[in-house]
Amino acid sequence: MVDLSVRIKDLVFKNPVLTASGTCGFGEEIADFVDLAMLGGVVMKGTTLKPRQGNDYPRMAETPSGMLNAVGLQNKGVDNFIQNIYPNIKDIDSNFIVNVNGSTIEEYIELTERINELDKIPAIELNISCPNVKEGGMAFGVSCPSAEAVVKAVRRVYDKPLIVKLSPNVTNIAEIAKAVEGQGADSVSLVNTFLGMAVDANSRKPVLSTITGGLSGPAIKPIALRMVWQVYQAVQIPVIGMGGIMNATDAIEFMLAGASAVQVGTAIFIDPTIPTQIVEGIDSYMEKNKMHSMSDLIGGLQM
Amino acid sequence: MKKTVQELLLVENKQLNHDNFKLVLQAPTKLPEIFPGQFVNIEIKKATEIFLRRPFSVLDVDYENNTFSLLVKILGRGSKVLTTYEEGEKISVVYPLGNSFTLPQKQDKVLLIGGGSGVAPMLFLAKICGLPAENVHVILGARSQQDHVNIDAYQAFGNYYFTTEDGSLGEKGFVTHHPVFTNELSTFDRVYTCGPDMMMKAVAKEAAVKGISCEVSLENMMACGFGVCLCCVEKTKEGNQCVCTEGPVFNINKLTW
Repeated sequence: MVDLSVRIKDLVFKNPVLTASGTCGFGEEIADFVDLAMLGGVVMKGTTLKPRQGNDYPRMAETPSGMLNAVGLQNKGVDNFIQNIYPNIKDIDSNFIVNVNGSTIEEYIELTERINELDKIPAIELNISCPNVKEGGMAFGVSCPSAEAVVKAVRRVYDKPLIVKLSPNVTNIAEIAKAVEGQGADSVSLVNTFLGMAVDANSRKPVLSTITGGLSGPAIKPIALRMVWQVYQAVQIPVIGMGGIMNATDAIEFMLAGASAVQVGTAIFIDPTIPTQIVEGIDSYMEKNKMHSMSDLIGGLQM
Repeated sequence: MKKTVQELLLVENKQLNHDNFKLVLQAPTKLPEIFPGQFVNIEIKKATEIFLRRPFSVLDVDYENNTFSLLVKILGRGSKVLTTYEEGEKISVVYPLGNSFTLPQKQDKVLLIGGGSGVAPMLFLAKICGLPAENVHVILGARSQQDHVNIDAYQAFGNYYFTTEDGSLGEKGFVTHHPVFTNELSTFDRVYTCGPDMMMKAVAKEAAVKGISCEVSLENMMACGFGVCLCCVEKTKEGNQCVCTEGPVFNINKLTW
């Protein structure tokens, strides 16, 4: 019997497969396709204090082995989440994690305090890496002092597991990871999307209304994998890996490189059953390789 | 109506004209009910460089044989490769997606206006709207005669009128130049339209002037098709809404056109 469970601080995930924020709504949207209780966790759509309309259409461009998005944190705000979404998800047997966003440190704190009141939200993912908003977002995640400041402020008001989602658009991601670990982060998740751009040669215009957007999908996988490996070596806290994971083999590669868990994102757009297929795939890989617990796999890269 | 992702069997792939194909797909299980305006999202695995699925609206459903058909117009690489699939091959499909056109009331007289691949949901709607054929009027527009597809199978469900930009079939000009539209629009209770944005906007504008209920089906670029990527948004009076879940059918009153 393979034990697929992993832990972040005292929080147990029944398996290491989570859905990535912004790719599965609040879980409900993919409930027709999958039993959400099969997942280790669901990281829900980025939430802000006030409702946000997001950026103008067009917000998406298909690119080789991936896509760019420039959604810009469209969401109905935390009040809507608490009133209309939380009641539907709170009794599902998985870890529903809120992805917390703000344009100022005060907003991050206020939103975290609101989420902290919800018993059935066992953790938050602090998003300091959204590339598609004008204020806040990635600006916090690209320098050590600003990343430290926001994590320090949120840590003060939040005792449950605090995951910090890192941006890959930095010179040295391991330094940022160490900086947030130093301020009490319980885990880091990486990577958010890479800042990219698409041009339409016929119209001679940018494809996205925002000109630039965030690149995801298999195109970024090798870079994401390298970053997970670097961060794994630099910090003591668990690393959650993501970036172009399309199947169980991809997920296993991230775990061998040091990820304690993975998030599946863009793959859901192609097939929302991929996350649960990955759970099954990891299970059979473990069995085949006579591994009994996830510690046999995590960081198991043979040098 | 539960959404699903399934491998469907391609049971028919028939070329209708130079750039239109009819594809018939068979489900391994009982089909859910599918309504005009709804669409399916297809994985085009044969073209490995195509990353995302491609959405197509449903042309018709045959519940006895568990099949539905699509009208595939070649617009780019995705649709082109899709038309090269052979009968007997399996295709991964996410379906049924989106909302559908509001079905008319019993006594209504309706006008359906289709252009390009937007012809598909109009033919489907004509067939299942439940009105006697004399109350269903359909204007189909295309660039030229060779761009129109044969609609014989749908003749029994309505009165059909054609327009072409070069005058090679029916009235010369756009759908909005057809006398049924220019002279008789106010005799209709509802207008439904699907096709190029420019065409739908022109139709919607006149319908709004005459105060006739008008629904349009939008084709914004999308990744997922089931409301999680938030990429296909349309600006509505209630803010940005996903075309894949809040639409693709919108009443023009809701839009900011």
